[in-house]
Amino acid sequence: MRNMLAIISNVLRGTASRNGAELVSEGARVVVSARTYADFTPQASFDIKKCDVHKLEEGPPLQAVLTREEGLQYYRTMQTMRRMELKSDQLYKQKIIRGFCHLYDGQEACAVGIEAGINLTDHLITAYRAHGYTLTRGGTVREIMAELTGRRGGIAKGKGGSMHMYTKHFYGGNGIVGAQVPLGAGVALACKYLGKNELCVCLYGDGAANQGQIFETYNMASLWKLPCIFICENNKYGMGTSVERAAASTDYFKRGDFIPGLRVDGMDVLCVREATKFAAEHCRSGKGPILMELQTYRYHGHSMSDPGISYRTREEIQEVRSKSDPISMLKDRMLSNNMASVEELKEIDVEVRKEIEDAAQFATTDPEPPLDDLCNHIFYNDPPMEVRGTNPWTKLKSVS
Amino acid sequence: MASLRCLLRSGKTAVRAVLRREFHGTPPAAVQVTVRDALNQAMDEELERDERVFLLGEEVAQYDGAYKVSRGLWKKYGDKRIIDTPITEMGFAGIAVGAAMAGLRPICEFMTFNFSMQAIDQVINSAAKTYYMSAGRQSVPIVFRGPNGASAGVAAQHSQCFAAWYGHCPGLKVVSPWSAEDARGLLKSAIRDDNPVVFLENELMYGVPFEMSEESQSKDFLIPIGKAKIERQGNHITVVSHSRMVSLCLDAAAVLAKEGIECEVINMRTIRPLDAEAIETSVMKTNHLITVEGGWPQFGVGGEILARIMEGPAFNYLDAPAVRVTGVDIPMPYAKILEDNSVPQIKDIIFSVKKTLNA
Repeated sequence: MRNMLAIISNVLRGTASRNGAELVSEGARVVVSARTYADFTPQASFDIKKCDVHKLEEGPPLQAVLTREEGLQYYRTMQTMRRMELKSDQLYKQKIIRGFCHLYDGQEACAVGIEAGINLTDHLITAYRAHGYTLTRGGTVREIMAELTGRRGGIAKGKGGSMHMYTKHFYGGNGIVGAQVPLGAGVALACKYLGKNELCVCLYGDGAANQGQIFETYNMASLWKLPCIFICENNKYGMGTSVERAAASTDYFKRGDFIPGLRVDGMDVLCVREATKFAAEHCRSGKGPILMELQTYRYHGHSMSDPGISYRTREEIQEVRSKSDPISMLKDRMLSNNMASVEELKEIDVEVRKEIEDAAQFATTDPEPPLDDLCNHIFYNDPPMEVRGTNPWTKLKSVS
Repeated sequence: MASLRCLLRSGKTAVRAVLRREFHGTPPAAVQVTVRDALNQAMDEELERDERVFLLGEEVAQYDGAYKVSRGLWKKYGDKRIIDTPITEMGFAGIAVGAAMAGLRPICEFMTFNFSMQAIDQVINSAAKTYYMSAGRQSVPIVFRGPNGASAGVAAQHSQCFAAWYGHCPGLKVVSPWSAEDARGLLKSAIRDDNPVVFLENELMYGVPFEMSEESQSKDFLIPIGKAKIERQGNHITVVSHSRMVSLCLDAAAVLAKEGIECEVINMRTIRPLDAEAIETSVMKTNHLITVEGGWPQFGVGGEILARIMEGPAFNYLDAPAVRVTGVDIPMPYAKILEDNSVPQIKDIIFSVKKTLNA
């Protein structure tokens, strides 16, 4: 019996070592099938990368405490996001999703880390690479995928598509690059005006970072001390243009000039979380806006119509996948600190896969929106009206 | 005798005093109010009525408004509700739209609508389309207001009329008041409307006084958006116009009346949704139609009206082709003689009416 236990234990240890992790106490080792939650480390402290700072005395802490529950939740959410995006890739190639589809895989730590640093009662707005945020802000995989396939069960009833998804306190999904930044500051203005101690996270990419309206927004947000966290998701490429070819200064965290800034490792969910908490504290204390640059990476091209290899090498993509994948990083940390078991994580993977399959099934079988819905939702709170169809004899009905 | 005179004098004063006392409780009689003051009062009342309403724009606070439309509001409501912005239209229009999305009811002033062109993406893509794109999840209760169209001597970049551009887009309501009553009732309706409203004022009308009825001075006086008003009844020809041109149409109608031509002058009040029914009803009575606007002819407000008449029941009632009287198809020149000849004048309206009736 003891020998068998030893063998099993060795095998387990071996698996853990392959991920390059350090073992904790051997005394904590237990037999495979009888592991109980009491045997896992309830929480552990991890070193995280130091953030570069701009106009700040100090940055976020260099250590993050992760509880087992948090770890499992971040893992599940990131994995769900990853699988959802990969499924969308499949459906797009099968022509079941059409039009624009900007996938988020590789950047999961950003969306999950940010949400971990704020509350659901806070507000968030981003640009078109928005599926991940729709999920973290309360959307379900079903509604998101059905919106991508343009069905009536979609989060916007099929009328918005990939770039126009909304939930409570989540203002999309915006198609015009940069336009979401003033909108986000406006949301922050409302937060301050209504005095509910809420803030707005306002995201944009490295491509949008050169937009004039963003600088206009920095100015007003700073002048009026709006509770706004500006976040630049720098995934190194604005469509096919690398940051060096688009920006005279690629220190995006400094581009806010008079706005304090942080440059954050966007592949590490804990780093993102701690930076977001730091930034949120800054805003809530009335100090005004703050800027975070998240250094991240997208595995897919700009959108589904971009293979993503004409302006960058396959080797580069592969290197990020193998060395910096956000999900792998979290998994390694948890396993090597005995915060979860391989089986447990595998089980989560299986559940996630099932959830995505169900959602995809729904998204492909749910009917398209009824034609009656064509002209609805023009105005809010208005009596029904007539809308001209394609010819003068066609009068269509529109209700709020 | 002296005492009698005294008594009579005091009696007269006493009677006058009594009369004054008796009428003290009656509602205000009709008064003269300028368009500027009507707009100011409307905003004041709506700011007082709903805490979520606020005004932002260039010079709206401490300067009292570039055209003094927001005079006194900052003194009364303070920095929180009357906000001076830097000269960054795209930025502050976007901020206003975002605030509307998050539960406030902003009034976003453009110093003139010419500057709104810098922010037009926020008006159309962020404000107008959002309720539809979100399938009803996200509404945008915002008013964009400011002077539109030609002024006096401000030349090409400051004189464009945006009625047609904004009127083109679904998801927007576009309003163009003429009189002080229009200004008051329509601005109140616009502010209370839960949708994006583009409110096109006219700088040359700001100082023009109009008699306002008692009813129109009430705090809840609203003019429905989307309904035109017949300013002058007539049987011979329908003259449709909006904003400042309504004044010219009425002046032209007065001149034509002396020659026995009775014009029915319709004040559109709203560009979008257009009150086609009011125009059709009138045309079916008069059998003739001209439209009068300050904007350029191509793809304009008049073009839309004529198309609707063609497509609708009133076409069969026309005894002559309907025509448009518009601004000249050129950028606005500066010299007074050139500028005067770039926009419709009363004589142009009279000429067009007569041509239509003789055809």
